[in-house]
Amino acid sequence: MLYSISGGDIERWAEPQIIRFCLGAGAMAFMAFVPISFWREISILAYIVGIALLIAVPYVGLTRGGAQRWIDLGFMTLQPSELMKIGVVMALAFYYDWLDERRISHPLWVLIPIAVISLPACLVLDQPDLGTALLIIMGGAIMMFIAGVHWAYFLVTVLSVTLLVTGVFATKGTEYQLLKDYQYKRIETFIDPSTDPLGSGYHITQSKIALGSGGMTGRGFMQGTQQRLNFLPEKHTDFIFTTLGEEFGFVGGIVLLGLYGLILGFCYVSALSNRDRYGALVTIGVSTTFFFYFAVNMAMVMGLAPVVGVPLPLVSYGGSAMIVLLLAFGLVQSAHVHRPR
Amino acid sequence: MRFPSKPVKLRKILTRRAVILAGIQASVIGTLGWQMRRISVQQSQSFRLLAEENRVNIRLIPPVRGLVFDRLGKPLAYNEPNYKIEMVREQSDDPEKVLRRLATIIPITEEDISLALVEMRKRRGFVPVTVAQDLSWKHIAAVSANAPALSGITPELGHYRIYPQTYDFAHIMGYVGPVSDYDLSKTDDKDPLLLIPRFQIGKNGIEKKVEKRLRGKAGVKQIEVNSVGRVMRVLARKENKAGANVQLTVDHRLQKYALQRLGNESASAVVMDVQNGDLLAIASAPSFDPNKFVRGISVADFRDLNEDKYKPMLNKAVSGTYPPGSTFKMVTALAALKGGFITDKDQYNCSGSVELYDRKFHCWNRGGHGRVALHDSLKRSCDVYYYEVAQKVGIENISAMARDLGIGVKHDLQLPAVRSGLAPTKEWKKRVRKKDWTVGDSLNASIGQGFVLASPLQLAVMAARIGTGTKISPRLVNAIDNIPQAVRGREALAIEAVHLDAVRKGMFGVVNEQNGTAAGSRLSGSKKMAGKTGTTQVVSITERERLSGIVRNEDRKWEHRDHALFVAFAPADNPRLAISVVVEHGGGGSKVAAPIAKDIMQRALEMDKDNDYRSLPTDLRSRHPIKGDKV
Repeated sequence: MLYSISGGDIERWAEPQIIRFCLGAGAMAFMAFVPISFWREISILAYIVGIALLIAVPYVGLTRGGAQRWIDLGFMTLQPSELMKIGVVMALAFYYDWLDERRISHPLWVLIPIAVISLPACLVLDQPDLGTALLIIMGGAIMMFIAGVHWAYFLVTVLSVTLLVTGVFATKGTEYQLLKDYQYKRIETFIDPSTDPLGSGYHITQSKIALGSGGMTGRGFMQGTQQRLNFLPEKHTDFIFTTLGEEFGFVGGIVLLGLYGLILGFCYVSALSNRDRYGALVTIGVSTTFFFYFAVNMAMVMGLAPVVGVPLPLVSYGGSAMIVLLLAFGLVQSAHVHRPR
Repeated sequence: MRFPSKPVKLRKILTRRAVILAGIQASVIGTLGWQMRRISVQQSQSFRLLAEENRVNIRLIPPVRGLVFDRLGKPLAYNEPNYKIEMVREQSDDPEKVLRRLATIIPITEEDISLALVEMRKRRGFVPVTVAQDLSWKHIAAVSANAPALSGITPELGHYRIYPQTYDFAHIMGYVGPVSDYDLSKTDDKDPLLLIPRFQIGKNGIEKKVEKRLRGKAGVKQIEVNSVGRVMRVLARKENKAGANVQLTVDHRLQKYALQRLGNESASAVVMDVQNGDLLAIASAPSFDPNKFVRGISVADFRDLNEDKYKPMLNKAVSGTYPPGSTFKMVTALAALKGGFITDKDQYNCSGSVELYDRKFHCWNRGGHGRVALHDSLKRSCDVYYYEVAQKVGIENISAMARDLGIGVKHDLQLPAVRSGLAPTKEWKKRVRKKDWTVGDSLNASIGQGFVLASPLQLAVMAARIGTGTKISPRLVNAIDNIPQAVRGREALAIEAVHLDAVRKGMFGVVNEQNGTAAGSRLSGSKKMAGKTGTTQVVSITERERLSGIVRNEDRKWEHRDHALFVAFAPADNPRLAISVVVEHGGGGSKVAAPIAKDIMQRALEMDKDNDYRSLPTDLRSRHPIKGDKV
C-alpha cells in the first residue's frame, strides 16, 4: 500500500515499514514464547517505564506537526504514548488479577485504576495529543468494565462526560476554553465540512471523494487519481485507508474490516476460554485498543468522527503504533499459548 | 497451576461483559461497513463524479519548457505561444455536433474532427484533447465569444518549441515531440504531465538527455465546475515550475562554420577546448531541420531522411565509430615509449612491407620509407615502423594507452547514443569473436586498423589529452539554471613529459615540416598546429587488386572508398584547442580531412583571440526576454 502511494518508490515508505514489520514480528514471536506469568510480573514495571518515557518526551523529544510526541532511538522514532496504551492495559490487568473480588466496586479501589489511567492520559494530553489521550482513557475504562466494576460508575461517568462536552463548547470563545482552537475547528468541520473546503474540512471531503470514487472494486493497484496527484493529506499515515478504498474499492475495504473483525473474534474466543484472569483481561484490553485504533481511524476517514491523529493499525506508515501493536499481540499470544490447562 | 482465587463469579461477570463489549464492537464494525458501502457503492456515482468528472476537476498546469542557449547566449531552443482549442469529452453533450459547430468558426478540416473524436474516445472523459492549434488571436476571440454554444471547448495557450539555429544544431539539440505510448512503456517516470495527450517531451539530443530539467514541474489546480462545465471556483492550486534553462558550451558561429565547411560530405568535426573540455563545435553533416519534427514531419520528408545513405539523422560526431587509422599511431608510440620498448631514437627499416607468418603487411608507401625513427614515423606516417613496434609492445599496452587517451571508453556527455568505440584486448577477442588474438591483429591495431574503433569525439579528446598531458574530458552542458557544471579531468596523465614531447614534435612535423603528410594544411599566421592524418581502409585491398593496380580510391564505389581523418591541437607550443575531422569515404586524410580541419581551426583560433571563450555569460533569463513565457 505504502509502495503504491509513494508512486512505486519502494525506498520512500514501503521499505522502512517492511523492515519495522520484520522487527516487530520478531519481537512478537519473542513475546509469545515467554510465559504470560513473566509478563504479569513485569506489568507494573512496564507501566512505570512508559510513564518515565512520557515524562522524558518534553525534554528529549522531537517536534513534528506542532506536537511533541516522539523520541528518537536512532534507527526509528518511538512514540511513548503508543507504548503507554499497552502499559495501561497491562497495569490494570495486573491490578484486577490481584484485587480481591469484594473490593472491586469499592470506591477506594476504583480510584486507584482511575489514577493509573489519568496519569498517562494527562501526560499525553499535554503533548498535545487529544486522540491518543482519549484512546487511553477509553481503553482503561473498558478494562475496568470487563473486570467487573459496578454499572453505576459507568453511568455516572457517561453523564458527567456529556456534561463536560457541553461545558467545553459552552466555554468556547471565552478565556476559559478547554481545547485548542484547531480541535474546536476540527469538531465543527466534522459537523459541516463544507464550511471550509480548503482548510480543516478539506481532509474529510477529499478522503470521502477518494473513497467514493473507488466504487465497488476500486480503480486497481496504483491507479488512484486522488492520492497520485497529491490531493490527499497525510496519505501515507492516517489517511491511508482512502488510498485503499480508492484503489481496491468497497471490496478491499470490507476485506480489511473483515480481517480486523476476525482478529477481534480470535481475541474474544481466547479470552473467554482462558481461565487465567490476567491473560483474559490483557487479551480483551489489547483487542479493545486495537479496535479503537481501526474504528476511530475508519470512522474519521469516512466522515463519522472528527479528524484525530490515529493510524490505521498495521497498514499506516509509522513505526511506534505498529510495533506496539505487534508487541501487544505477542502478549495476547503468550496469554493464549501459556494459558492454564 | 493453582486455580485463581476468585473464580466463578468474576468469570461470569467477565464473560457477560465481554459479550456485551463484543456486541458493541461488532455493531460498530457493522456501522463502519455500512458507511463504507454507502460511500463507495451507493454514492459512488456521485463521488466518482466529484472525483474526476463533473464537480471537481483536476487540471494540470503544464510548465514552460526551459530554454537552451549556446555559450554566447544565443538561443538554440525557445518557446513560441501557440493558441489552441481543447475539448473535454465529458463536458460536452454531443462532441461531434459541437465540433461541427466549431468548424464554422475556425478553420478545421473534416480530418481534424475525426482525429479529435478518435483521440477523445481513447482517453478518459476528463482529459482535454487538442482539436486545433496554431490559431490566430482572432479565432480564439471568436471561440470565446461563442462559448455557450460550444460545450466542452476551451481556448488554451500552449507553446511551440522553436529551434532558431535549424540545421546547425539539429544533432545537438535534438527535438521535442508528443509523448507516445512507446515512450511511456520505456520510462518509469511517474510525472503526471506525461499523461497529457500530445505533451511535448525531448525525443533526441539535449532535449532528450536533459529532459527532466528542461521539463519543469507541473502545477495542479483543482477546480469545481458546474454541470455545463463552467468553472465555479478553484479549490486548490499548486503552482507549476518552469523548466531549467540550459547553456551549452558550443559556439553557434563555429558550429555553423564547421557544418558549412563539411559541405556535402558525410562527415563530422569536433572542436574542443583542451583546457576545460568545452566542446565548441560538434558538427555532423549532412544535417536536418529539427523544427520539422516539432510540428509533425511529413511521411515523405521522414522517409527521405531515413533512407539517405549519408544518414543525416545520425550524430556521427559521437555515434559514428571508425577505424582511426594512422591517427592512432600516437597511441602506439606512447604505449611503446611508456613501457620502455623503444626510445625516440630507435630506428627501423621500412622496405614497404613486413612478412610475418606467411602474411605480408604493407606500408601505405609501397616504395618504403627507408630508416625511420619516431619523429619521421609520425611525420611521414610509416606503417612498417609501427608493425615492428607493435610486436614488442603487445596489444594490452596499446589498448591501455588508448583508454587513457579516451578511445574505447564512453565519455559522459548529455547526448544520446554516445558510443564507446573499441580498444580491443585479447580477452575481448576471446569473449566476443571466440578466437585467439594473433600477432597480426596487434599489427593491424598498431596503425588503427582491424578491431580498433573510435568516434570523432574520442579522436578530439585524444588530441586534447596528448596536447595537454591531462585527462581532460569533454563537456557539452556549461550550466543548468545558471549553475555551472563541473570540469572533469584536469589531473595529469601517467605519461612522462619527454615522451609526450617526442610525440607532439612528430605531430608538429606532420603539419609544419617538409614531407609531413599534412604539410599543405599549415595555419596561416603565426600560430602552428600539430596534427596527424589518417586514411582508413573500409574494404581490404586484395593481393590481386594490389598487383593489378586498381587501388585508386576514386575508381571505387563510394561505400568502398577510404575514410579520411585528421586530428590536431593548436597552437602547438601552448595548446588551446583540439580538433578532429572524419570524412566518411572521403579519400585521403591529408588531401581531404586536413584542409577542412585547418580551416575550422583557423576560424576557431580567431574567435579564441577575441577572448570570447574565457568569459561565459551566466544570467541568461534577464538577457533574453522569453517570448510567451507565461501560462
